[in-house]
Amino acid sequence: MSVSVSNLTKYYGDQAALKGISFEVQKGEILGFLGPNGAGKTTTMKILTGFLPQSEGFASVNGFDVQKNSLESRRSVGYLPEGNPLYREMYIREYLHFIGSVYQLKNITARVNDVIERTGLGPESKKLIGQLSKGYRQRVGLAQAIIHDPAVLILDEPTSGLDPNQLVGIRQLVKELGREKTIIFSTHIMQEVQAICDRVVIINKGTIIADDPIEELKSRSTGAQVVFIELNNTLDLDVFKKIKGLKKVEMAGNNSYRFYAEPKKDIRADIIAIIAQEKYTLLEMRTEQSSVEEIFQQLTQTSKSDSK
Amino acid sequence: MRSIYWKEIHHFFSSLIGYMVVGGFLVLLGLMLWVFPDSNILEGKFASLEGLFDTAPLVFLFLIPAITMRSFSEEQSSGTIELLITKPLKEWEIIVGKFLACQTLILFALLPTGLYYLTIYQLGSPPGNLDSGAIMGSYIGLFLLAACFNAVGIFASTLTKNQIVAFITATFLCFFLHWGFSFVSRIPIFLGNLDNLIETLGIDFHYGSISRGLIDSRDVIYFMSIIVFFLFMTLLRLERRKW
Repeated sequence: MSVSVSNLTKYYGDQAALKGISFEVQKGEILGFLGPNGAGKTTTMKILTGFLPQSEGFASVNGFDVQKNSLESRRSVGYLPEGNPLYREMYIREYLHFIGSVYQLKNITARVNDVIERTGLGPESKKLIGQLSKGYRQRVGLAQAIIHDPAVLILDEPTSGLDPNQLVGIRQLVKELGREKTIIFSTHIMQEVQAICDRVVIINKGTIIADDPIEELKSRSTGAQVVFIELNNTLDLDVFKKIKGLKKVEMAGNNSYRFYAEPKKDIRADIIAIIAQEKYTLLEMRTEQSSVEEIFQQLTQTSKSDSK
Repeated sequence: MRSIYWKEIHHFFSSLIGYMVVGGFLVLLGLMLWVFPDSNILEGKFASLEGLFDTAPLVFLFLIPAITMRSFSEEQSSGTIELLITKPLKEWEIIVGKFLACQTLILFALLPTGLYYLTIYQLGSPPGNLDSGAIMGSYIGLFLLAACFNAVGIFASTLTKNQIVAFITATFLCFFLHWGFSFVSRIPIFLGNLDNLIETLGIDFHYGSISRGLIDSRDVIYFMSIIVFFLFMTLLRLERRKW
């Protein structure tokens, strides 16, 4: 077990930031850690990296208790803290060299060259960190996290504030790193989880509200199946009423409609049959599957109303 | 600890800070000792470095907090403290590394004043007619005093993310530690009962005593306890996040 968390609780004063969460991450897995801001993602990561002690419960990384064997557990984690703090006045190589010496690595120069290459920092490697663009700075943050070849990587919102090209680059990099390392990856962007992660843990208000493989999470959708169509002309909605399993139809714009079916009911064939019968031309048809994003909203909002 | 130490040393000398501190210290002292009329050694009647050891604490009062103010406040404001703490480093290694780096910079500022000693050695009549023992003692005292200011400054920099606030806090604390106690001891109600005791709490008293060339273990222990006390307080401040 690469990372194991059980019944983890954290109080800041009277306020409970984590209310007894438990999850495990297998070796080589990329876990997406999802939740709205203030849900407890960062707190969990700070506990796993030994920055904050938990109030109750147990957490271990690579088999080392984060409290009792703090030094060993810190040695086996690569951590990119939220906001990616860096020494802006240092040169990239100088900084990575410093981090390498903190880990007491042998052959630091070789390691520095290796991570510079792996994170694609080569062309910029002679610059001051302060002069880099945000995307490259994020790469420096990742480079310092992997310089000692840790078994576990903990990345706190590594893609926040990046432009779309940089985003793709960093995601690609994380995915590559995930081939050999266990990664916990926090974000509040849902597509990112879909793009990178094997499994997702959704956390809200200090409790875990979902812990599923991505595929399963999608099928958890409780909402209706939605079909969107566009026709060449306006159609009277009443003609669709005879379709079995159809809950409602609504206009989505000029000549376009949205059909809401009962869960797991495919009504597309019925719709096409009726359109043909009425002699209209179908210009577009697509199903609008509820995305992870919607599921996320559903889950976090229901638990919000629960707590009221 | 070594990696932190070298990182800080590197920072001092790859930016202007190191050169400003060493240069500023030497220019100020040089002016006081060799140029300005009231404190000029050349116009004095004795071959002595007393002027140096009277002025240096005052210069240190402003210079050392300027060195130490960034040590933790900058780490806190940029968030890099989280980076350091989550590395396999013990907190005391971070603190001692920074402390030693600042102390090294102070040493670099003090070393060139050896030239003053050599000059005055030659100017004595006959040459070499000066109290070398007292000067050695004073150097040791000055170095220890600087170490105290350094520890106080490092502690002050953990109190805030703002470097200016850290600087002012450190200067005030150092001032009080150095001169404050002897001023307080002169308040009339203490005269004749507590004044001696209060005076011995201040750095000034012990600095003066070591400057006579007599290295008393009590003075050394006093300086060491001040240093250890403030470094320990720094450790407590860093660990406060765990409470």
